[in-house]
Amino acid sequence: MKRDEEFFKKIKKAEKTAQYAMFFTSLATILLLLSIYDPTLSVFNSQEKLYEEVVVDEDRIENGIHVRTGLKDGKGLMTVVNNCTNCHSAKLVTQNRMNAERWNETIKWMQEKQNLWQLGENQEIIVNYLVENYPVNQVGRRMTLSNIDWYELKD
Amino acid sequence: MLNRRSFVKKSVLSSFAAIVGAEIVFGSNMIDGYTPLALQEPDPFKLFKKNNEMVVLNDKPWNIEAKAHLLDDKVTPNSSMFIRNNGKIPENINIDNWKLVINGESVKQQKTYTLQELKSKFKHYTYQLTLECGGNGRSEFNPPAKGNQWTVGAVHCASWTGIRLKDLLEDVGIKSDAVYIAYHSADTHLSGDPSKEPISRGCPISKAMQEETLLAFQMNDKDIPLAHGYPLRLVAGGWPASVSGKWVNTISVRNFVHDGPKMTGTAYRVPCKNAAPGEKVEDKDMCIIESMPVKSLITYPKSGAMIKKNKSLNIRGHAWAGELEVSKLEYSIDFGATWQGCELEKPTNRLAWQHFSATIQFPKIGYYEVWAKATDSNGVAQPMVVPGWNPKGYLNNACHRIAVKVS
Repeated sequence: MKRDEEFFKKIKKAEKTAQYAMFFTSLATILLLLSIYDPTLSVFNSQEKLYEEVVVDEDRIENGIHVRTGLKDGKGLMTVVNNCTNCHSAKLVTQNRMNAERWNETIKWMQEKQNLWQLGENQEIIVNYLVENYPVNQVGRRMTLSNIDWYELKD
Repeated sequence: MLNRRSFVKKSVLSSFAAIVGAEIVFGSNMIDGYTPLALQEPDPFKLFKKNNEMVVLNDKPWNIEAKAHLLDDKVTPNSSMFIRNNGKIPENINIDNWKLVINGESVKQQKTYTLQELKSKFKHYTYQLTLECGGNGRSEFNPPAKGNQWTVGAVHCASWTGIRLKDLLEDVGIKSDAVYIAYHSADTHLSGDPSKEPISRGCPISKAMQEETLLAFQMNDKDIPLAHGYPLRLVAGGWPASVSGKWVNTISVRNFVHDGPKMTGTAYRVPCKNAAPGEKVEDKDMCIIESMPVKSLITYPKSGAMIKKNKSLNIRGHAWAGELEVSKLEYSIDFGATWQGCELEKPTNRLAWQHFSATIQFPKIGYYEVWAKATDSNGVAQPMVVPGWNPKGYLNNACHRIAVKVS
């Protein structure tokens, strides 16, 4: 009996040690992870925030528009962002309307005259994106006046 | 449409990124009123002192246009002047070191002048000169033409003060084989390649020798604003505004038609023979644009005016015709079925735009468009429809119109 009791006590003690070990190991793990991901331990700082925290800003899409450039979201968007907005504004792209042939000519012209690099297989991705998202619209010989901001004319 | 504030913030920050050479992390969340050190003014309207109603077509490079009603002044103030840049605006201009070199195949000897020498050695002249972008009105071409989609606001007529280019060329001495003059400028190429010029155009020697062709150092009695060419700008009124080079540091006198960037290929050229809409035109069949065509703009009232039936409507605006004078200005309130004459003033000097006005009575209530049509001294008038299609969408001088409602 006595041996059984002692054995039982030892088991209990071992169990407790194991629990302590587990606890400290987890604590150490948490501290280790914290020190990797947040070395300044800013999580414990309660300073006022200077900026709103933004996880992903560069690639943010809102209402189908890539916020940083104003380009429409679509297949090939980031290829266009990465190749077509380094030298000039995306606004030069979005205000134009061309078919594939003329976009390709424009790319060739930029390569010959404006130091654009060779686009390789990205060229097709870019041109497909452009004709899909910025297609030619027929405006005729003279458009109806639109977006008229009506106001009472006072003398 | 993005609202102006958020648009400005985004577009300007991407330009900052270009200037600073790095992406500004958290840029779009930058606190209002916080300005990166690289550029002290983030708002292009403040940076260039432009009216808030101006429209930014492009922020890299800067291209900003006016609206018709912003051009109501007889002499256009800086706040309403369009900006058309091809490269990056030069930074850190030191006028004490600014020099103008006159060189080329057809000068008797190369000569260099300091800005101070130009100002003190030659007589000063002041002219009001109409400068219109060759691509003004491009947005109306069909099929669409490539480039900044200008509507009606890429034109201005400011007062320029400087020296006559001809006085300078006579001082340098020009050989008899001189054909063309070309400007070179301090702006830099968008790609960052220092060996590339964004634009270097010019004009035939006959235009260079005109009395009104200036090397200007003042605009509207003040130093020329940076975006418009401080400290020295070539001003050649009546021709595409790209002839009027900004930030000029060299004038080359050439013995052939200048071949700088934007002189060749399709730039500032139209088909020598009329082309069908969308037709492919070979570079060799494209001819350089010289004098701009006859055109006019109704600058008052702003489109969208609502008036009562018993009230008459006073309209006014400006008209210009490149090298020529405008001889007649008419308006129509029935889509061109009938035309009435306007009062038309003589130009202050050659190549200045002319002011017109009229008082209109509307016969009954309803929707109207007031159309204006100018006729030049050769009897050539503005078309009501968009004129001949050309690959780059230049020279749209179709009649301007405003909407009016009578109730």
